[in-house]
Amino acid sequence: MKTNETSHETYKPSVLGGVGKYFKENLGILIAFIIICFIISVLSPVFFTSDNAFSVLRQVSTNANLALGMMLVIILGGIDLSVGAVVALSGTITVGLIVNNGMNVWIAALCGVVLGTFGGLVNGVIIAYTRMAPFIVTMSVMNIARGAAYIYSNGLPIRSFDESFAKIGTGYLGVIPLPVIYMIFFIVVITVLLSRTKFGTYVYALGGNRDAANFSGVPVKKVEVLVYTISGFLSAFAGVVLASRMYSAQPSVSQGAEMDAIAACVLGGVSMSGGLGKVGSVVVGVLIVGIISNGLNLLNVNSFWQLIVKGAIVLLAVYVDILKKKKIFKDA
Amino acid sequence: MANNVVLGMKNIEKRFSNVYALKGVNLILERGEVHALLGENGAGKSTLIKVLGGIYHCDGGEIYIDGIKTNIENVRDAQAKGISIIHQEIVLVPHLSVAQNIFLGREPVTKTGIIDIATMNHHAQEMVLQLGLNIDVTQDVFRLTIAQQQLVEIVKAVSFDAKIIVMDEPTSSLTEHEVKQLFKIIHSLRAKGIGMIYISHKLGELFEISDKITVMRDGTYVGTLITKDTNKNELISMMVGRSLTEFYTRTNRELGDMAIETVGLTKRGQFEGVAFSVKQGEIVGFAGLVGAGRSEVMKAVFGIDTLDAGTVLLEGKPVQIRNVRDAMSHKIALIPEDRKKEGLVLKGAVGFNMTLTVLKEFIAAGRVNYRKKMEIIRKYIDSFSIKTPSPEQLAMNLSGGNQQKIVLAKWLATKPKVLILDEPTRGVDVGAKAEIYAIIDQLAQEGLAVIMISSELPEIINMCDRVYVMARGKIQGELARDDFSQEKIMEYATGGE
Repeated sequence: MKTNETSHETYKPSVLGGVGKYFKENLGILIAFIIICFIISVLSPVFFTSDNAFSVLRQVSTNANLALGMMLVIILGGIDLSVGAVVALSGTITVGLIVNNGMNVWIAALCGVVLGTFGGLVNGVIIAYTRMAPFIVTMSVMNIARGAAYIYSNGLPIRSFDESFAKIGTGYLGVIPLPVIYMIFFIVVITVLLSRTKFGTYVYALGGNRDAANFSGVPVKKVEVLVYTISGFLSAFAGVVLASRMYSAQPSVSQGAEMDAIAACVLGGVSMSGGLGKVGSVVVGVLIVGIISNGLNLLNVNSFWQLIVKGAIVLLAVYVDILKKKKIFKDA
Repeated sequence: MANNVVLGMKNIEKRFSNVYALKGVNLILERGEVHALLGENGAGKSTLIKVLGGIYHCDGGEIYIDGIKTNIENVRDAQAKGISIIHQEIVLVPHLSVAQNIFLGREPVTKTGIIDIATMNHHAQEMVLQLGLNIDVTQDVFRLTIAQQQLVEIVKAVSFDAKIIVMDEPTSSLTEHEVKQLFKIIHSLRAKGIGMIYISHKLGELFEISDKITVMRDGTYVGTLITKDTNKNELISMMVGRSLTEFYTRTNRELGDMAIETVGLTKRGQFEGVAFSVKQGEIVGFAGLVGAGRSEVMKAVFGIDTLDAGTVLLEGKPVQIRNVRDAMSHKIALIPEDRKKEGLVLKGAVGFNMTLTVLKEFIAAGRVNYRKKMEIIRKYIDSFSIKTPSPEQLAMNLSGGNQQKIVLAKWLATKPKVLILDEPTRGVDVGAKAEIYAIIDQLAQEGLAVIMISSELPEIINMCDRVYVMARGKIQGELARDDFSQEKIMEYATGGE
């Protein structure tokens, strides 16, 4: 192709335009976020302190990792129920290797991450090559991973007193807690991956119209395997960090964490039928789920009530999303 | 002459388990030739195209490209060898941009592996302009009309530097006007020396656009003809293996009382002030371009959408239709435009689909009267000669024509008085088309009021007693049978006056 006289500079997305577009696209969820922040800060004076802000960010870092992976999977048109169990498995194995086998901290952490990533790989391979339903496959892997974590630890928490291990999750870079640094790093990486690489385009293409992707020569199976593997990796990484933060491995940790990840995606406007979703919006979804938990904790609302509030908010978010979509199609 | 041949397919064979889908099929395509591939559904056209496109591997036979014997390994390989296929169903990703769709699978990237969006958009826009189209490539595909999407598919196909382009029923969802635009593009591709294989059920089109026609039947090769030396009847008899005496069935009918009448039907942004009437035993056509609002009006009459204003009168009495159940209780039936999406439960059995509208006739108080159910199913399988191995067969496994008959059966089982047909023969082969026309005529004879939306003018002109022409949500004109002409209808349809 020759690139001659006609210039199409208007297509270069300008930075300012990008920011403006971001606010326009996420107006609803941003307003919701601000309203929730406002309500909680009125009810609890502690909420708007920098200590609490960092505390919220640290708390949401686990869910951020899971939600990023979950977002990829849902855009692809699937679902990953195994993320919570992978968190537990990778954390348990890592701490177990350090405490029981005296293994070097970094090698042990690497083992935990590799094992969890392998769980994701298994999901991907089975789903891509047998075309079994993702719900079934990842639910089975969830049970297997959770079971393995219980067996390895005899169902009991393993305490770790290793200082260098504890650093992974409790250290700081300047004033910023390390888990927050990791979170920002992954947000940036996944954003670039989705919006600027072939792989990212293929994920949207596969979820949007699998036949079209196939007929266009997209390596459909490879993309599918890779997406579930990434989800496994992000969960496993979160698992190691979480174990470090708690100074112990809990085989029962992150029960139902997959639901918080899905909730964050849904709040962030990711279409459950695939093909649609953006990192920037999911991050706000993660923050909303986070501040609701944090706010309800600050207000001493018990955790059973928290479940009800979260459920109601997700329902509301999806309903608003449906109203919004109707409008988009009307405009078109 | 011989070195002008771009594609040769010889003695192609393809088996699925032990059944031959293709046997001894030949196709010779020259540069700058439009070669039509003709045959009923199930004749093996799509299978042949899938072999060419690398989706299936053939079990026998040889493929030559530019005179060199080749194997086509997979989709990518076919593309690399200059073969582009535009599939029957639009295969674009709705939420990616036009440019992203065109370059899907071969996005330009910088050294760091990041997609070069500016270059991609630039090239895509150039390609679109080269074909004389006016589409913004940064738009998401789902915002385009069906016709625009079809054109994007063509841009995509051309963009592979294709030597061979296959178009599988490219006009099935285009209006006459858009077909003209497509033909213009085909002419310019032909001038560039691209060989094109053109699949269509619309015989009239083939005479307009093709140079040669290859006919297939039951997975075998019947023959290749030069278009200007043949005629419709010869082609049809080659396709069906027997001569077809009459294509359209039209008997003289007595019109009865007024069956349905509407006044001032309005839905903001879709249609306005629509008034029409249909008598018992009358077939009334609705012509117009895609997007003229015809389907929308009928969907509202049938209670799928709500009206903002207007009245529907059945047998002279005004009625309230708030939902489909209301419409059904007033004996209205609608055969939808998209049978796969709106007409059938594709994963359901033939019998299941047929009886879905009349469950209450054989299920009561927790008891299912299977004999009654089978009676209904048998009646329609026999009277419509639906070709299915059994009522248990899944609807998705049947041909388009037989699927359409199932949808007809499903609604006729409700014993309607007003039957609305939206594109009743879309994607249906010639044989089944003739049968569907005969069924429609028979129903009108029995006193049904039939409303037929169609984008195929010959269908309207040959079948209807009267026609309304819509454009931009309004009825632009009404013509009685004696005044029918393609020109007049098109004039109204484009809102000429």
